[in-house]
Amino acid sequence: MTIAAPSPSPEAPLGGRAAHDVEIVDVTKRFGSVVAVDRMNLRIANGAFYSFLGPSGCGKTTTLRMIAGFEQPTSGEIMLAGQPVAGIPPYRRNVNTVFQHYALFPHMDVIQNVGYGLRQRNVGRTEELERAGRALELVRLTGYEHRRTWELSGGQQQRVALARALVNQPTVLLLDEPLGALDLKLRKEMQLELKALQQEVGITFVYVTHDQEEALTMSDVIIVMNEGRILQEGSPTELYERPVDTFVANFIGVSNPIKGKVTAFDAATHRAEIESAGGLRIAGVVTDRAARPAAGTEVTVAVRPERLRVDAAGTPEPEGSGWVSVPGRIEQGTYLGEQTEYRIATDVVGELIVRRQNAAGAAQHVGPGDAVVVRWQEEANLVLVD
Amino acid sequence: MAAGAATPAADRERGGRIRSALLTFLLVLPAGAWYLVLLIAPLAIITIFSFGVRAKNGGYAPAFVLDNYAAILGDLQKAAPFTASLSMAIGGTIGSLLIGLPLAYFIATRAGRRKGLFILLLVIPFWTSFLIRTYSWLIVLGPGSLGGFIGDLVGDDNFRILGTPVAVLIGLVYGYLPLMVFPLYVTLERMDRTLVEASKDLGAGRWATFRQVTLPIALPGLITGSILVFIPMMGEYVIPQILGYGRIYLVGNALVTDFLEARNWPAGSAKAVILIFVMLITVTFYTWFVNRGRKGREVSVL
Repeated sequence: MTIAAPSPSPEAPLGGRAAHDVEIVDVTKRFGSVVAVDRMNLRIANGAFYSFLGPSGCGKTTTLRMIAGFEQPTSGEIMLAGQPVAGIPPYRRNVNTVFQHYALFPHMDVIQNVGYGLRQRNVGRTEELERAGRALELVRLTGYEHRRTWELSGGQQQRVALARALVNQPTVLLLDEPLGALDLKLRKEMQLELKALQQEVGITFVYVTHDQEEALTMSDVIIVMNEGRILQEGSPTELYERPVDTFVANFIGVSNPIKGKVTAFDAATHRAEIESAGGLRIAGVVTDRAARPAAGTEVTVAVRPERLRVDAAGTPEPEGSGWVSVPGRIEQGTYLGEQTEYRIATDVVGELIVRRQNAAGAAQHVGPGDAVVVRWQEEANLVLVD
Repeated sequence: MAAGAATPAADRERGGRIRSALLTFLLVLPAGAWYLVLLIAPLAIITIFSFGVRAKNGGYAPAFVLDNYAAILGDLQKAAPFTASLSMAIGGTIGSLLIGLPLAYFIATRAGRRKGLFILLLVIPFWTSFLIRTYSWLIVLGPGSLGGFIGDLVGDDNFRILGTPVAVLIGLVYGYLPLMVFPLYVTLERMDRTLVEASKDLGAGRWATFRQVTLPIALPGLITGSILVFIPMMGEYVIPQILGYGRIYLVGNALVTDFLEARNWPAGSAKAVILIFVMLITVTFYTWFVNRGRKGREVSVL
């Protein structure tokens, strides 16, 4: 009797796991004369939730399709788990995709759909059913095994698509705006569920969306793209608190832009003093760490609406230093439930949008036509050099 | 009880219902009459005739005998046209499928903006008489061209294509190919292309994707197309007559002999009834066979 030597599991990673699941090195993708992705460099760390965020046509989906293998880069290199994948077709890449409209196979029931990837690898009937069953359990669809896919609701179809991709234990899971077809309430639920799922399975998720709120809710890292380029990469907080330019500042959240010229820049503290077109003197941190704006440089100072406060005209300045005060008049107040949005006309900086929480006891003490003072602290100033 | 209350409003409503029913009747009438006169009535007549006997001078004389059926089912010689037709029609259907599927796939997925052009190219032959198109194959396959060319290649002076089953098969596939391509094209055109991407994404190569995704989804079109070509091929008379020189004796030819030459209408009618049954059984079996084990929507034909 001989004892067979234990054979290595076919799914064991070769030589341990690379530090980065995906590396994009100097990748350019052209369609004819259109540059969809322009010299992109990016490293996607293991086990994190990444989002590509940008308007339609910014190259985010093209990037995803290059990682999946549906498109080949015109130049540059993509590495998956440390290995270059140029010329390797999608069916030989250990990457799976959740498509925008799910792309469930209509001629198969739920469990057949989920087991599809396993059947391609000939894992055997017993293992296929067992693993597909566990994947359905993961997305809370146990009991739906033999349902027809078109009988399921949008959210359930979404979950089947997720299970069908996750069951293959991909190095990276790609998600191409998968929540776009769902209604708002369901979308919010699925966002939280996806995030929880990602933390549970520990697989790297790369998510594509044009919805900034979606990206902020789920991501560990957001990559903001426009016109084929990465504008900024960072955590949701970083992107919101320190957007590097006006595009990012406007794409993520709302901001009040104040145009002006740099009068002084301190490289040590990275602070700039600015004189606005209307003659207002303000100071703030230059968000782009690489920028060294010289005196006279045109910049935009962005202030988030929730950092502004509205006081009735003549109210004394609050305690503490560094307050900016701009007199104005309320044009419009819109009640939005948890907050009220004011549009305030000012002589110095034009129209300002202010959002104020409707906290308990905060009665609306100002209304349209009232003269007010808009105030904010200097630390709220984001100096954007474009 | 409100039944007897004849208010003006109820009267109007009743009048409206009657007018609507009348309109529906009138609209359905032409189609209904068509089916009655050209389908149900001939079928009934054929069925009645098939139990009759040949009149002295030919034609039909009323009777109720089973001789006509017994003669066909009991005599292998007389059953031969059925097996010949069946094998020709099956061969022709397979041939149309082998040519039609790649063609429909190409037009639906790869032709891009020239889709319309390719569809037009498929339709244009229909603008010419079927007879003329079949006759033109006499030239193409004749000893002066393809037949002679292949004869030269194999070094056989007596090599002929015309007058052989192959010529008939070529004629059948040529004549009915568009009927296979159109339904296939429609299902493939409607198919969501991301399904193919999803399949590749999940680890299936080209062939595996075709076998497991494209083909099953194209199945309704495949069945419709197969039946559209199979049924007329079963009853085909002109093509075997012209390209087979009448040597390939199919059910269509047998029917012509019975009705027009032997003037034995009951015998011909019995053959026609058997032909209908053979087609029904074949189509039913085919549909069952193709649909077996399918977990999605059933594909129906009738």
